[in-house]
Amino acid sequence: MIEILNTLEFTPFLLSFKLASITTIILFIISLPLAWYLSQTKSRLKAFIEAVTALPIVLPPSVLGFYILWAFSQNSPLGVFFEDTFGTSLAFSFTGLIVASCFYSLPFMVQPLQGGFEALNKNMLEASYISGKSKFQTIMRVALPNMKPALLTATIVTFAHTVGEFGVVLMVGGSIPNETKVASVAIYEMVEVMDYNSAHIYSLLMLIMSFMVLLSVYMFNQKHSHRVGIR
Amino acid sequence: MINIDIKKRLHGSLGEMSLSVKVGIKEGEFVALSGKSGSGKSTFLRILAGLESANGSIDVSSNVWLNHKRSLAPQKREIGYVFQDYALFPNMSVEENLLFVSKDRALAKHLLEVTELTDLSKRMPNTLSGGQQQRVSMCRALMKRPKLLLMDEPLSALDPSMRTKLQNEILKLHKEFNTTTIMVSHDPSEIYRLASRVLVLDQGELVDDGEPKDILLKTQGSQKFSFEGELLNIRRVDVIYIAIIAIGQQLVEVVVSSSEAKELKVGHRVRVSTKAFAPMVL
Repeated sequence: MIEILNTLEFTPFLLSFKLASITTIILFIISLPLAWYLSQTKSRLKAFIEAVTALPIVLPPSVLGFYILWAFSQNSPLGVFFEDTFGTSLAFSFTGLIVASCFYSLPFMVQPLQGGFEALNKNMLEASYISGKSKFQTIMRVALPNMKPALLTATIVTFAHTVGEFGVVLMVGGSIPNETKVASVAIYEMVEVMDYNSAHIYSLLMLIMSFMVLLSVYMFNQKHSHRVGIR
Repeated sequence: MINIDIKKRLHGSLGEMSLSVKVGIKEGEFVALSGKSGSGKSTFLRILAGLESANGSIDVSSNVWLNHKRSLAPQKREIGYVFQDYALFPNMSVEENLLFVSKDRALAKHLLEVTELTDLSKRMPNTLSGGQQQRVSMCRALMKRPKLLLMDEPLSALDPSMRTKLQNEILKLHKEFNTTTIMVSHDPSEIYRLASRVLVLDQGELVDDGEPKDILLKTQGSQKFSFEGELLNIRRVDVIYIAIIAIGQQLVEVVVSSSEAKELKVGHRVRVSTKAFAPMVL
């Protein structure tokens, strides 16, 4: 057993976690203003933006992957721009994977944050405005500290979802060792070459980690909602 | 002097209505705002705070808060606001709730002393009783030394004995800070005790404006007693009729003639009054 573990390549796991960490941080920064806007606006645009953000949930990963791949290619202005500016293509690169993951995991960050903002007592936010605090100060010092369960759900689920993605990363990143071969892709390849031992170990590790992550989120939320008495 | 002249279309429970209030309030005045629910009281307060938009003008001691060109943001208006649900920041202790508004530690300490909250200053709001939370909310509203203090039914969620205690505290703070105050209230005894003036709104219109005793006392002419109540039942006992009427929390029986009994309908608001008798107050 130890012998098998020693010979096992752990780079795909590290890549998965690196990808998930960076994606989560970027999405948190992007989603915070977006979720705040969606929670506060009465604009007709709201439904449209919500529908666009939720698309990755319903679209087959292959559709999303295909469009992203096309956008990165020489056939799209974005791809041409990147090639000209940075001299490299986003397709089949780690940077490209990050961009693709940000699209793919966007709803998993935006939706819990929006729900968290919407559940806050409106009077409490208004009390902060009346106290002379700007919207930014109100978000940082009043809103976010009072929606810790939503923050935790958003970040952890986004992280876990990015670790667990397969279709989009396979299409956009391919399977380049040490670059785009993440854990889920590695398992797929092990099964393809009938290396069931390694596939078992990898899959079991994924299963245990995912379960632990979800369990800790639910335990924290249960404890927190009891303590604060969230309505 | 605070001059208010505002208009706004509202979608009330009774359909479309127009809130239209023109009133001048002297500095240091304690004004009670009364009226049925849905008459536009809370909206009026929210417009003064800048939380809702409206047409018209608001001038507070020659500062323009609202006119046809601009509307000052809530952050820039010098107001304190006490919400019906207190709206304290649950992530901050009592003291931090106050200091969030202004870093004036001396004022925070003083306010907490006046309201007997000093011992609770490190506690979190969720661990406090309703009355204590209400007092924190009052103190927080005064931390900016506001020109105008707005209170939206600040005591409605409390029991009667706590109400009386906090009414005294509100009065004490009002006298000390001499803040112009507008308070939404339904409770006549509360209005009588605190306010120097009552405004009554109905369907978005100002229908009454005057001193509390003139507006709240329901007696007319030589009437000695006059109570408003709800007629619960009329029953016939031999040749007379007895009406059961709920006045406040009490039920009373009143003898009515058969002709009166025909006109009265169960569920109606009625007025019970008497003339020429010497009541005993025990």
